[in-house]
Amino acid sequence: MSTGSTAIGGARRRDSQRRQRRHQTLAGVLFILPALALFVLLLVGPLLYALYLSFFSQRLIGDNLFVGLDNYLYALQDAEFGQGLLRMLLFLVVQVPIMLGLALVFALLLDSGRLWLARLIRLGVFIPYAVPSVVAALMWGFLYGKDFGLLGQLGRTFGIAMPRFLGSELILASIGNVVTWTYAGYNMVILYSALQTVPSELYEAAGIDGAGPIRLALSIKLPLLRPALLLCTIFSVIGSFQLFNEPSILRAAAPDAISSSYTPNLYIYRLAFQDQRLNYAAALSFLLGLVVFVLSYVVTGAARRRLT
Amino acid sequence: MRRVLLSFVALFGALLAPHSARAADMKAELQKPTELTFWTWVPNIEKEVKAFEQAYPNIKVKLVNVGQGAAHYQKLRTVLKSGQGAPDVAQIEFQYIPSFVITKSLLDLSPYLPLERFKKSYPDWIASQVVSDNHIWAVPQDSGPMGMVYRKDLLEQAGISVPKTWKEFADAARAYHQKNPDSYLTNIPPNDPGHWVGLLWQAGSRPFGQASKDTLKINLGDPAAKKAVAFWEQLIKEGVVSVDPGWTDAWFQGLASGKYASWLTAAWGPVFLQGTAKKTAGMWACAPLPQWDGGKSISGNWGGSTDAVLATTKHKVAATELARWINQEKEPALMFANEQFLFPVNNATLTDPAFVEQEAPFYGGQKVNKLFVEISNTVPKDFQWSPIQDFIFSIGPDIFGQALSKQGDLGAALDAWNDAVVKYATQQGFKTTK
Repeated sequence: MSTGSTAIGGARRRDSQRRQRRHQTLAGVLFILPALALFVLLLVGPLLYALYLSFFSQRLIGDNLFVGLDNYLYALQDAEFGQGLLRMLLFLVVQVPIMLGLALVFALLLDSGRLWLARLIRLGVFIPYAVPSVVAALMWGFLYGKDFGLLGQLGRTFGIAMPRFLGSELILASIGNVVTWTYAGYNMVILYSALQTVPSELYEAAGIDGAGPIRLALSIKLPLLRPALLLCTIFSVIGSFQLFNEPSILRAAAPDAISSSYTPNLYIYRLAFQDQRLNYAAALSFLLGLVVFVLSYVVTGAARRRLT
Repeated sequence: MRRVLLSFVALFGALLAPHSARAADMKAELQKPTELTFWTWVPNIEKEVKAFEQAYPNIKVKLVNVGQGAAHYQKLRTVLKSGQGAPDVAQIEFQYIPSFVITKSLLDLSPYLPLERFKKSYPDWIASQVVSDNHIWAVPQDSGPMGMVYRKDLLEQAGISVPKTWKEFADAARAYHQKNPDSYLTNIPPNDPGHWVGLLWQAGSRPFGQASKDTLKINLGDPAAKKAVAFWEQLIKEGVVSVDPGWTDAWFQGLASGKYASWLTAAWGPVFLQGTAKKTAGMWACAPLPQWDGGKSISGNWGGSTDAVLATTKHKVAATELARWINQEKEPALMFANEQFLFPVNNATLTDPAFVEQEAPFYGGQKVNKLFVEISNTVPKDFQWSPIQDFIFSIGPDIFGQALSKQGDLGAALDAWNDAVVKYATQQGFKTTK
């Protein structure tokens, strides 16, 4: 009879365990539900609607036609879009290493504990990120101005010829400068936080082996920072291809250098809200998203291979 | 049988109802408490709107400035497309009226405003831009007949007399720049298609039109236009005319500091000089645009707005009256002209001595209104806009503007601009013709 009672007791215990698990699962779902609802409503829903739009074509003369993949095929040979993409690729290849390099240097310097006024410097490097990008672009538009901008006036005072920052040759570099100034601090904070997780035993061990601060940085901190650097790189890749704010605001100060299709996002914005070609804009947005996805995958893959 | 006869008589009677019955209906409508939304960027228009609210105490007007120019139209087109949130009345410049008519976004005002009287109130070239097929699409507010606004003192200093022909202008530009290497006789902005088209209008070019419901006339490289741009290309390549972007901080500073000795602008130009260039008030004078043909007197038009009622409005009568009242009644029309420096379009205001005889302190006391009234009469009336004008104006700076700032071949740029517009028109389902 004891086996029977243990069996029944066991079954009751299993039942109550199952009920507890169900309660926990239900509680979990209810906690996520609000966020999930917002996610579906505000992200997935519009994405699906845009996808739907991208398969149609509504013209000024004529009806709303289903055109299948026509918009995408047209996009593949759209010179304006292609030029924008190449421009962003160039931007990415030059600006991201410079910015991440600066962020890395600052993070390592701060972490080395040898920096005077470390807190002030940390704040100072981060503050540009706190400045709204519209304000930043307006400010830089003024700084860059040829005749009445601050840099131009300084140049004239010291007799140095200032380059035309807002001219079409240098505008990409000027935008890159604004983006670096804005986001170096943000990346620095990510890298600095990652450095805080390095176990101090490693430093002690390296110290015993006679490693100086630079050796410490190169052989211990840098390798352990790889995941954080990868994260920053992916954010930067996505950010570069989605560049919109800075060229959009600077356009007012340099309308001859920044065309309405200077970056893919500017082009999509113009197509949607100026030309009222919503279907084509939707198709381009998906195509851009695909490009960013593929590139992020490539970057991650390449980095992972080097890690192993 | 009697009932049928009675209803027939009633119907007949209703159809023959005199105009006064309709007017009485409208008057009754205007007494009902209503709230209207009005999107406009005209500075200080609260004054005229307040006067309207005093005339119609039961109508409240919510004034919203959603941006100037392109920003305003982007929002307007977006709310119209979404079907929600559109205002009752909106400011729409003349060149964009066809683009709103083709999307059936504007209310036809002809049931509320007698057509013949409306057409007679304005110069022919104004009326023809808001009336088509006996439909009234908008109430004109101001226009932009073009003249040459110049710095008297700078020209005198350089010993240059005011040029009357474009040939004289070219010589003056060279002489002026030689004496003032940091200054230019004028600036041609690479980002302002309205400015270029106004000058092309003067030169005799007629690049746009709508030949039929689905056929557009697009001819941006006609001989008159090519002649005009060749003229400017020469001066730009010689470096005697600058190509700085307009409407930027640097450009306003340029006008204020004398970097540009003249501005080939419309009658509303001084509105913008009241701000940054305030300290130069009194130093400017105005003359007609230099002529291509010495014997003639021709100008062009740049800008000018109307107030249109949107088809989505729920208060057709009140909205129409708002658009009509602030632009046609004597008091607000004179306010627009004298206090906001908008060039009037009503024949009544154009002949009103209170407007014409005004001596403008900004122009050192010159009777500039009188001059612009004369100029206004020399604007050719056969110029048409395109229903895809916003695309034309948005792609213009990318193609033609780039050529301007790079001091390149403007004739080829005109052709490239034309091709881009034809491509877009075809994509949108139109047929095109030259």
